[in-house]
Amino acid sequence: MNNEKPMNVLSLQNVVKTYANHRAVNDVSFDVKKGTIFGLLGPNGAGKTSLIRIITTITAADSGQVYLNGQPLNRLHPNDIGYMPEERGLYKKMKVGEQLLYLAQLKGLSSKDAKVKLRHWLEKFEILNWWDKKISDLSKGMSQKVQFIATVVHDPSLIILDEPFSGLDPINANLIKDEIFQLKEKGASILFSTHRMEQVEEICEDIVLINHGKILLYGGVANIKNDFKEHKFSVKYEGSLPESLNFGGYEIVSNQANELIFKGQSGQTSIQLLKSLLDSNVNIISFNEILPSLNEIFIKKVETSNE
Amino acid sequence: MNKIWLVTQREYLTRVTNKTFILTTLLAPLGILVFMAAVVLVMSTGSDKAKIINVYDPSGLLQNEFKSRDNLTFKFSNESMDAQKTLYKEKKINGILELPPLTDSLAKSYVYKYHSDDQLAMDENFAIESAIGKKIRDFKLKKLNIDAKTLENLDTDVQAEPVTILEDKKISSITTFVSSALGGIVGYAMFFIILFYGMQVMRSVMEEKINRIIEVLISSLKPFELMMGKVLGVGLVGLTQIGIWLILMPIIYFIGAALFGINTEAMPNPVNDMNPEVALTFQSKASQIFLELRSMNWWFILPLTLFYFLAGYFAYSALFAAIGSAVGEDINDANSLTFPIMMPLIFSIYIGFSAVNAPDSSLAVWSSMIPLLSSIVMPVRLPFDPPWWQIGISVVSLIIFTIFLVWLAARIYRVGILMYGKKATFKELSKWIFYKD
Repeated sequence: MNNEKPMNVLSLQNVVKTYANHRAVNDVSFDVKKGTIFGLLGPNGAGKTSLIRIITTITAADSGQVYLNGQPLNRLHPNDIGYMPEERGLYKKMKVGEQLLYLAQLKGLSSKDAKVKLRHWLEKFEILNWWDKKISDLSKGMSQKVQFIATVVHDPSLIILDEPFSGLDPINANLIKDEIFQLKEKGASILFSTHRMEQVEEICEDIVLINHGKILLYGGVANIKNDFKEHKFSVKYEGSLPESLNFGGYEIVSNQANELIFKGQSGQTSIQLLKSLLDSNVNIISFNEILPSLNEIFIKKVETSNE
Repeated sequence: MNKIWLVTQREYLTRVTNKTFILTTLLAPLGILVFMAAVVLVMSTGSDKAKIINVYDPSGLLQNEFKSRDNLTFKFSNESMDAQKTLYKEKKINGILELPPLTDSLAKSYVYKYHSDDQLAMDENFAIESAIGKKIRDFKLKKLNIDAKTLENLDTDVQAEPVTILEDKKISSITTFVSSALGGIVGYAMFFIILFYGMQVMRSVMEEKINRIIEVLISSLKPFELMMGKVLGVGLVGLTQIGIWLILMPIIYFIGAALFGINTEAMPNPVNDMNPEVALTFQSKASQIFLELRSMNWWFILPLTLFYFLAGYFAYSALFAAIGSAVGEDINDANSLTFPIMMPLIFSIYIGFSAVNAPDSSLAVWSSMIPLLSSIVMPVRLPFDPPWWQIGISVVSLIIFTIFLVWLAARIYRVGILMYGKKATFKELSKWIFYKD
C-alpha cells in the first residue's frame, strides 16, 4: 500500500445545500473507501440527487467540502467521475458509436483512445454490430447497456449509479451487476444510489442513509445490521417441547410449525438458551440468529425521522 | 475551450449530415430556379398558334406598314370585306382587322374592328393597339404640321443632383435608391437568419432537456460550455447553408440556362417592350446602379454587416437557448416565452424599413446605436455612410450588451435545464439569474 495515496476516493465534510427555502442537504459528511461499493440510500426526495449533483460538480455546495482522491473538487474532476442518472437519456437520432465517442471525448478521452476503449466494451457486451444503429432503433434494455458503457468508458475512479437496475430484466440486471463487481475488482469505487434494499444488502459494503437532507445511518452493512439486531433466535426442532421450561431468560415470541422464535435482552448470550434447549430433550435441527433486514432498518429509521 | 469545440462539432456535424438539411440546402436554390423558370415559361407562353390576319385599311392609316410579330402575320388587303370574309370561311386567314378612316385629326379615341370568331390573346391585342396608336400619333403630327423633333424637345427629363457641402463625397441621384434597396434586403435577410437559426438553438436545447441526456452532459462539462458550443455549432451551420446557397445559385442558374435553354434573349426583355426613350433611360439607370454598387465602400460595409450579423445572432440565440432551457416537455409553452424576444426583433425590422426611407431620422440614428435593435437597423444604414462616431458607439455597445446577454442567458440556462415539471414564468427566470451555483 502506498501511504501517499488517500484511502478514500470520496470524502464529504459538512456539506450543506439550500434551494430557495428548503435545505436539501444538511450537514452531510461521509467517506467512500477506495475499491468499495457504497450505498447512498434514502426515500424519494431525501436529498440523494442533490448530493450527487454536488459530487458530479453540476452544482456546488453552499458550505462544506468535497474531496475526490484527497483533492478538493475542481474543474478536472468530472473526467474522473462516471455518472449514470436515474433518468436515462441519449440522443435518439444519433448512432450508438458516434454518441459513445462524443460522450467519451467530453470526458477527456482522445478520439483514438475512445475508439479503442469503446470497441473493447462493445465487444464485451457483444453489441459491436450496433455501432451504426440509432438509439431510437434499440429497445430500452439495449439502450441501458449503451448508457452504462458511456458511464464507465473513461475508467473513472468514482462511478455513480443512480438506480442502475431500474427497468432492466433479470438477465441484463445480472450482467450489469457482474460488471459492477468487475469494475470494483479493478480498483474503481462505486457510489450506488437506490431505495431497493435487497440489492444494497447483496452489493454494498458501506451505506449512508439520508432523509430530509440529514444522515440517519452511516457505516458498514454488517455493523449496522448488528447494531439493529433484536437478539432474536430461531430454533427448528423435532419432538414435543416440555411445557414449563426456563429458556435462560429468553421469552418465546412465537412457536409455529416446529419453529421457535426467542427474544432476549442485549448483553444476554445465546449460551443459556442453547443449554436450556439441550436440557429439554428435543431434537434440534437448526439454530440461527435473526438479523434485521436493511429494509426493516430503513423503514424503521425513516419512519422515526419523519415523526 | 476544448469541450466547447466538441459540442460545436457535434451540433454542426449532426445537422449538416442530416438528410433534411442536405435536401433543403440543395433543393432550395433549385426550387427557386424551377419556380422562376416556371414563371418565365408561363409569362412567355402567349398564344402560340400562328395566325394570319388580313388588314383592311382603305384610308391608308397604317401606310402599308405593320410589322408582323412572333406568331402574327399581317397582310394588307384592299379587297372588299365580303371577299375577305369568304377567305375567313375558307380558313385561309384567321381574322380581319378593319381600320375605319380617322375623320377627326384631334379625336381622343379611335375604334377599330377585329372580325373573327376567335378572340385575340391579351398580349396580341395590346401589341396591335400600341402599334395603331403610334401610327395615329404620326398621322396626327403630320396633320397638325408638328415636327416630331420639336415635340420631343417639349419633354424634359428632370433629375436631382445631390451635392455635399462639408464632406467630400461623390453621390448621385441613384445613390439613395441603391442604398435603400441594399439596406432593405440586408435588414430583411438578417431578420430571417437570426430568427431561423435562433429557433434552431432553442429546439436543440429543448431536445437535450426532454430526452434527459442533459444530466449526463453537464456532469461532463459546464452548462456555459454546452450552450456556447451549441450557439457556435448552429451558427456555423447557418454560415454553411448561406455560403452554399451563394455558390449554388449562380451555378444552378447557369446549368438551368443551359439545360432549359432559358437565355436572356428569349426572356421577355423589359427594355424591348418599352418605347425607345424610356428604354434608354432604363438602360442608363441600370448601368448607373452597377456603377453605384461598385463605388460602394464594400471593405467597410461587408465586414461590419458580418459583425452585426454575428453579434445579433449570438445575443438572440443565447436568449433563445435560455428560453429553450426553461420550457418543459410542452413545446407550446415556448410560444409565450419567445414572444418577448421576438418583440425587439420585429420592432427592429420595422425601424429598419423606416430607416430605408429616412436613414438619418432620429429614430433610425438612435435605434442603430441601441443593442438588440442595432444589429438589424445599423446594417440597413451602412450603405448611407453613417458618421463614424455612431458606428463606434453602436459597435461598442453591441459588443458589451451581447456579452452581458450571453452571460445572463447562461445563468438562466444552467438552472433551467435541470428544472422539470412546472411551467416557468418570467418571474422565475429572473430568480434563476441570481441562484448560486
